[in-house]
Amino acid sequence: MAMVTRRQVLGAAGVGALALSGPSRAQTMIDLALPGGPGARQITTAFPQKGSMILQRTRPPLLETPFEVFDKSLFTPADQFYVRWHWALIPTDIDIEKFTLTVRGHVNQTLSLSLNDILHGLPIVQLAAVNQCSGNSRGFFQPRVSGGQWANGAMGNALWTGVRLKDVLDRAGVKPGAVQVRFKGLEEPVVADAPHFMKSLDIDHARDGEVMIAYAMNGEQLPLVNGFPLRLVVPGWYATYWVKMLNDIEVLDQPDTNYWTKVAYTIPDTPHASIKPGDTNVKMIPINRMVPRSFVTNMTSGQQVKTGAPTTLRGIAFGGDSGVARVDYSIDNGQTWREAPLGKDEGKYGFRQWQTQLTLPSPGKFGLLTRCTNNNGVAQPDTPNWNPAGFMRNVVESTDIVAT
Amino acid sequence: MFRKFLSVAIPLSMASMQLPERAASAFELKSLKIDLPDGDRMFPAGPGADAINNNCLACHSAGMVLNQPAMTRQAWATEVNKMINNYKAPVAPEDVGTIVDYLTALKGAK
Repeated sequence: MAMVTRRQVLGAAGVGALALSGPSRAQTMIDLALPGGPGARQITTAFPQKGSMILQRTRPPLLETPFEVFDKSLFTPADQFYVRWHWALIPTDIDIEKFTLTVRGHVNQTLSLSLNDILHGLPIVQLAAVNQCSGNSRGFFQPRVSGGQWANGAMGNALWTGVRLKDVLDRAGVKPGAVQVRFKGLEEPVVADAPHFMKSLDIDHARDGEVMIAYAMNGEQLPLVNGFPLRLVVPGWYATYWVKMLNDIEVLDQPDTNYWTKVAYTIPDTPHASIKPGDTNVKMIPINRMVPRSFVTNMTSGQQVKTGAPTTLRGIAFGGDSGVARVDYSIDNGQTWREAPLGKDEGKYGFRQWQTQLTLPSPGKFGLLTRCTNNNGVAQPDTPNWNPAGFMRNVVESTDIVAT
Repeated sequence: MFRKFLSVAIPLSMASMQLPERAASAFELKSLKIDLPDGDRMFPAGPGADAINNNCLACHSAGMVLNQPAMTRQAWATEVNKMINNYKAPVAPEDVGTIVDYLTALKGAK
């Protein structure tokens, strides 16, 4: 890939400047209320196959799901599913007859699979799973940290359809001595010698029968910006591993040392991946399993409700790397907790809805908290974690409602 | 070899035990061709704006930077150096200080 010269960039920039001086279009804005700001973001409908999204970055696209979407359905619609790319060179023209997925490396035979081979040559599996950016909610970190300044909408829950990675690896025949499997998609860096985006999983994880290669979400093919035509699905793990436009699988007989696995996307090896701001000399490890979270979806902070009247409270929860055991809520800032009834279980890696009725006894402000505990007994912590990359936020969420 | 395996696998009607309903109606993909928005916004005018426009917009649009919180000069320098060292941004050495100054002036932490 040729490096874009500064002259070329200047040329493109000149066009941009002209466009800016043209007639201004009305813009819908949203305030993400990030501490210290800036929280203002444009709502965009400019991306093909996507509905209204919060614009975090145009190129490469970072699009956040507006939070009210999570109140509407258990499965996040594909056209409002968040989008996150690392490099700007994303193919926008994909011919399903020409696309191939290569399986190579420490295997008995290299495979070049067509989409037809994958759709019609392997057992089909289906799984509900949450895909969440490692840095979801980074904008709420205090002190603030650099990176995509997401509110809570860099996550989504979909019903994924595809094939087991294990079945694909078995087809190639993994040789004894394999230690990891590395995944690469079609996106490319603009700068030729920059590191291609690649992620690796340990061989046993890759072959656990749960990790899958998806060609559909919620029963439809993936939108291009969500990884069409194939995306890795790593249930219970952060989305950095869910490689989009997956076209290359390499079985390794040595641990992967590529930048994106070894250097980027690492967390402190401490409880909640948390350290004190400024702490150094901390052992860093690759980010891995997700942790539980829960949210109120039908109310926002500042909302007024009637004193003494039953009010519906509902939301979503997910357990991270295991199912939701329970969701508790508190209307007195955590002094007392009550369990909220859970909705239908669509699978341990997916969202779980919860809903309850509450009655606020007297006028005034109430600190409403929700806390998910997963089937491994892990509960959301009362205090926020902190790390320099802004990863793995899962503090008990607070919504201030006012009884009038 | 693989073809042979395929011809065996197909008559199994795709593990209908796992997916009785959807497997019955074969799922097909359709080719896609789209255009992604360019991100034509420039950095706000000011000393060093040319340097940041020329060096940074090839890899990412300006919004990513403008959405960042206020950070100290040292933190901005760390960001710029991360782009150069980790992501191989071809920033001219004489522009590095100018870009850091621009970012600090625009979004410096007090």
